[in-house]
Amino acid sequence: MDPRAYTIKQISVFSENKPGRLMAIAGALEEESINILAFSIAEANGFGVVRALVDKPEAAYKKLNAMGFMVSFTDVIAVKMRDVPGGLFEMAKLLSDAGINIEYSYAYSGREAAVLILRVDQVENAVKSIIFRGGNLLKSADLSGSP
Amino acid sequence: MIAWDPNMEMMPEAGLKKLQFRLLKTLVYRLYSFSNFYHERMVQHGVHPDDITSLDDLRRLPFMYKTDLRDGYPDKIFTAEQDELVRYHVSSGTTGKPTVVGYTKHDLDTWTESLARALTSCGLGRGDVVQVSYGYGLFTGGLGLHYGAERIGASVVPTSVGNTERQIELMQDLLVTAICCTPSYLMHIGDAAKKMGVSIRDDTHLRAAILGAEPWSEQMRTRIEDEMGIRAYNIYGTSELSGPMFCECTEQNGIHMWSDICLVEILDPETDEPVPEGEKGEMVVTILQKEALPIIRYRTGDITSLDTSPCPCGRTHPRIARLAGRVDDMLIIRGINVFPSQVEHALLGIPAVSGHFMIEVSRRGALDDMLVRVELNPEAFSDKINDLMAIRGMVAHTLKNALNVSVDVEIAEPGSLPRFEGKAKRVIDRREY
Ligand SMILES: [Zn+2]
Repeated sequence: MDPRAYTIKQISVFSENKPGRLMAIAGALEEESINILAFSIAEANGFGVVRALVDKPEAAYKKLNAMGFMVSFTDVIAVKMRDVPGGLFEMAKLLSDAGINIEYSYAYSGREAAVLILRVDQVENAVKSIIFRGGNLLKSADLSGSP
Repeated sequence: MIAWDPNMEMMPEAGLKKLQFRLLKTLVYRLYSFSNFYHERMVQHGVHPDDITSLDDLRRLPFMYKTDLRDGYPDKIFTAEQDELVRYHVSSGTTGKPTVVGYTKHDLDTWTESLARALTSCGLGRGDVVQVSYGYGLFTGGLGLHYGAERIGASVVPTSVGNTERQIELMQDLLVTAICCTPSYLMHIGDAAKKMGVSIRDDTHLRAAILGAEPWSEQMRTRIEDEMGIRAYNIYGTSELSGPMFCECTEQNGIHMWSDICLVEILDPETDEPVPEGEKGEMVVTILQKEALPIIRYRTGDITSLDTSPCPCGRTHPRIARLAGRVDDMLIIRGINVFPSQVEHALLGIPAVSGHFMIEVSRRGALDDMLVRVELNPEAFSDKINDLMAIRGMVAHTLKNALNVSVDVEIAEPGSLPRFEGKAKRVIDRREY
């Protein structure tokens, strides 16, 4: 198993808390026919970080960068949750047993299951440890726009 | 040569004070008797020359403002007859009338002597080739440095400003060792030389630059010195005082203000009270030897601090620090004087943010709120909000230490804050009085 296959590129965008900034980001991605699969905003007083999983991260990076946004790639992992009662608890237990330190997380509803996006400090170890415990991770290829 | 006039430059402090008092007393009597302007001012102020019994009594004398000089246009305040004047300089007025400064032969001599000491103190002398790239003409920079450098026996190349390629050729061909110009013109020369394929460091004999006539920073000094392999010295003076007159010694730690030529006070610009030594305030200057246009307690508007401790170079005359800004730029936040230049300086020391910033001041109830918006450096961007909060906290902490007043900090996107050409207007004051 190559843990890198499970490493997903999230784009992170710095944004001042000003009206219109979020719309500008979303609009630019739409213009480039980039699909946003998952999305979260972390806010502090006066500024925020927009985090998104998209089907064409390189194109999104290029476009936003050219518009003057501060953009970076962040490696994250995406864990499929069983869409049954207790699915979240199961997941939380697995992560805690695996001793994974989560910087932040957000969820989206995927085609077959709910997916939890995790930003962890040691991606490769986390991947190995989750798979070892029977967790179900998405591959980056699952998200890419190519069929 | 160690010093141009060692007896004067290294005179013990007590001797200098005695000399200053004698010169001040003579000056005040002379002006009370011969200057309508000063006579009237002293009478209005209720002070008579007999009241000056110590150097501290200087503080009983009235201030002189830039507006006094402008109102005196062209020569109403002069205390010399036209046939005693040997030169005029005229400072361009950014607002309204210009200021005319007249010089007697003695005035020119004092000015030149001051510069001879200054240039010697930064290691120049006979055998040096000095390129004077300040403007010649009504502006005092060119002619001032020209005669100062001639007096110490250096060979002067009077290039004035402009025709930069030719300046670089002459610098190479005449083996120029020192240049006098504005810091921005020297940087321009550096860029132009690069384009010509000339390295100032390797292809010229330049070893010193005497820089002034516009604000600059320690960061610029480091950049110039590292790039060009030279020492850069800070020079101070304004046309009202005669012109550029005082310069750093080889210690590069403050500008010696010759005590037999001037008396320096550093005052709180709000209260007009002296600030403790080492603290910043407005520099108020009395020129002790000036015949044509006497200057007593002139409010320079320049913010600096004074250091009277002995200089390792051996000179006993006090030193002023690099100018920290202008009084006009000063903000009073919760009773504390704050200068945009302090903010700029503090931010330059933080790699996570850029030098582009804005200051917004508002009032909440009775309290002043100061907000500093600064652009994040793209390299410092993190997807973790905690990292960004930590940067903001660190900036706020650094500013609080530098300004002695707490400020709010907002992190802005790169390129989002205004860019300025020429004088930056970084302050938005929304307080109503
Ligand atoms: Zn010194």
